[in-house]
Amino acid sequence: MTAPSTHTTKPATSVPALLKTAVINAVIALVLFSLMVGVRTEAGSDGQLTYWTRFGELAYLVAAVFGGSIVIELLRQWIGPAGTEKLVPPAVQKGMSLVGRYLAPALLIFTLLVPVIFYDQRYILDLAILVLTYVMLGWGLNVVVGLAGLLDLGYVAFYAVGAYSYALLATNFGWSFWICLPLAGILAAFWGVLLGFPVLRLRGDYLAIVTLAFGEIIRLVLINWQDLTGGPNGVSGIPRPTLFGIPLDRSDDGLAAKLGIEFSPTHRIVFLFYLILALALLTNWVTIRLRRLPIGRAWEALREDEVACRALGINTTTTKLTAFATGAMFGGFAGAFFATRQGFISPESFTFQESALVLAIVVLGGMGSQLGVALAALAMIGGFELFRGLETYRMLVFGWAMVLIMIWRPRGLVGHRAPTVYLKKAQAISSDLVKEGHG
Amino acid sequence: MSGNKILSVDRLTMRFGGIVAVQDLSFAAERKKITALIGPNGAGKTTVFNCITGFYKPTGGAIRLTHDDGKEIALQRLNDFRIAKQAKVARTFQNIRLFPGMTVLENLMVAQHNMLMRASGFTLLGLVGAPAYRDAEKRAIDLASDWLKRVNLLDRADDAAGNLAYGDQRRLEIARAMCTEPALLCLDEPAAGLNARESAALNELLLSIRNDLGTSILLIEHDMSVVMEISDHIVVMDHGVKIAQGTPREVRDDPKVIAAYLGADDEEAMAVMESGS
Repeated sequence: MTAPSTHTTKPATSVPALLKTAVINAVIALVLFSLMVGVRTEAGSDGQLTYWTRFGELAYLVAAVFGGSIVIELLRQWIGPAGTEKLVPPAVQKGMSLVGRYLAPALLIFTLLVPVIFYDQRYILDLAILVLTYVMLGWGLNVVVGLAGLLDLGYVAFYAVGAYSYALLATNFGWSFWICLPLAGILAAFWGVLLGFPVLRLRGDYLAIVTLAFGEIIRLVLINWQDLTGGPNGVSGIPRPTLFGIPLDRSDDGLAAKLGIEFSPTHRIVFLFYLILALALLTNWVTIRLRRLPIGRAWEALREDEVACRALGINTTTTKLTAFATGAMFGGFAGAFFATRQGFISPESFTFQESALVLAIVVLGGMGSQLGVALAALAMIGGFELFRGLETYRMLVFGWAMVLIMIWRPRGLVGHRAPTVYLKKAQAISSDLVKEGHG
Repeated sequence: MSGNKILSVDRLTMRFGGIVAVQDLSFAAERKKITALIGPNGAGKTTVFNCITGFYKPTGGAIRLTHDDGKEIALQRLNDFRIAKQAKVARTFQNIRLFPGMTVLENLMVAQHNMLMRASGFTLLGLVGAPAYRDAEKRAIDLASDWLKRVNLLDRADDAAGNLAYGDQRRLEIARAMCTEPALLCLDEPAAGLNARESAALNELLLSIRNDLGTSILLIEHDMSVVMEISDHIVVMDHGVKIAQGTPREVRDDPKVIAAYLGADDEEAMAVMESGS
């Protein structure tokens, strides 16, 4: 729970207290940096340990922390407790809520027009496809984490299952993308249920650890089952998708030839763009729809209070399993798309980092919010590209940006919950009341 | 006589390791009556409740529920959600357990989950927007509004449940339990934390549930003004065993009950005695 906005901190702390905070922070910095910066170690020419000290840099850092904590403390007293209503004037807030209302449709229209606007910019089209893939993954994981409140750290496993399902079915049996796509979803959902069964009793941290392990197991199986998956070499030569049987290539049967226009590789990119957009929108539509059905309400109730759910006669086992299966299915679809887009997949693409990234998108977006997840995917994937010019400092700036966003909006970009049914008027529910779930 | 019993508890025993929380407890709750389970703190009342509602599996004994149509269900064999779903036993909690981030109306819709699941063809029909499901949802909203009217929360229907005042949350939890259309309603200290006016309103609500709907009620309560006024039958527990039972008048004059309360808590003992005079 976030603290209520009515803080009753003392208005002005005395100078000694200020100094005390600064000294404590400086000491912590000294302890941390003395090993990280103060002593530099390296393997010498004969393999022996050589080291030298950098006390000058260490002193600068500690001084910076000391001065910085005084400045921050003074700023905090000046501005007071950082509430949004205090930092942002009401006129701006009003404007923001107006923007909020039209943001989703505007974003959708813009997305539909991206291939038209940026037709000549291959880089932007590729980036847009990447962002949309993560939007879809975020929406899929949102069912599990945002709605049902089950912390899943191994979501990438389902992405991998989907990708390998399509890759193996298509390369071994020559089945088309449109047959394999539902199969990939079904197989991923099947694995979701399989994972779901043993972890149903677990809650919170334990659930997170087991799902994390599951993600790693899938990756290790993919690496070691050489006969089937090709091991670390992966699967190559995965067929490209076709427009209902018409390939998008240079051949005489290709779409370009049939339409009588000149072939361009961009056609395929645009096709892939609309394909992932359609898949993502399908995910979104199904999720919005499910939320208003009894199963979706049961997911959210499960996140709020599992004991109360049982007292109301809700089968929590199947409810959790359906959440896992639904989320996994969308992950599987996204995986199949990933495989057909890349044309080559290997276990390297399905590391824990991917799971963490998708989870970060869901958390940053505001758990349970569809628009928030889309914005967060745009910010995380697009923003990361935006900072490319900063080179070495990219990660640092990106990390800072994330920290600032989480300070500004601790419950994610879109922090309120929309009710699924109403009598007179749908009122957004403040995120302070909505539980995060605990497994 | 036995045909009138909705619930009969027979030699119920519950042990936690070496501690015996409930020992050889037998009592019955009559159909369309209000039965109260009272006793000093730590007497094992909530343990009995948790056994009846499936949250604990009893160490020994039998709990039998008889529906209106004569169907008998052994509750100690059912577990978990099945007691609410199949045996139609609904309960509330001592420390209120609403879904605070969902609206008042949504709370009542979740309570009708099983009915709505069937109507939505286990989600598939609902996903394509079948008219049969829409009708069922409309009926569910009507039932919910009915209950909101009864507990006087209709104008708060679209507010978050977590934003309600304490007394309103208590009433909403009862309404939510009633939306499951139970045969037996189990209330764990429904009057805890209510003021005099609110607990008078609670009495009225419980009496109307019994009289108008014919739902049997089993309640644990400390507030003697509630227990003595509305109960038809009282079972008194102390240290895991039954020490007395009978009508409110009989229980009030029972020296063993007075001793138990005097031994435990003067204030409660005085309340038992005073509510008689």
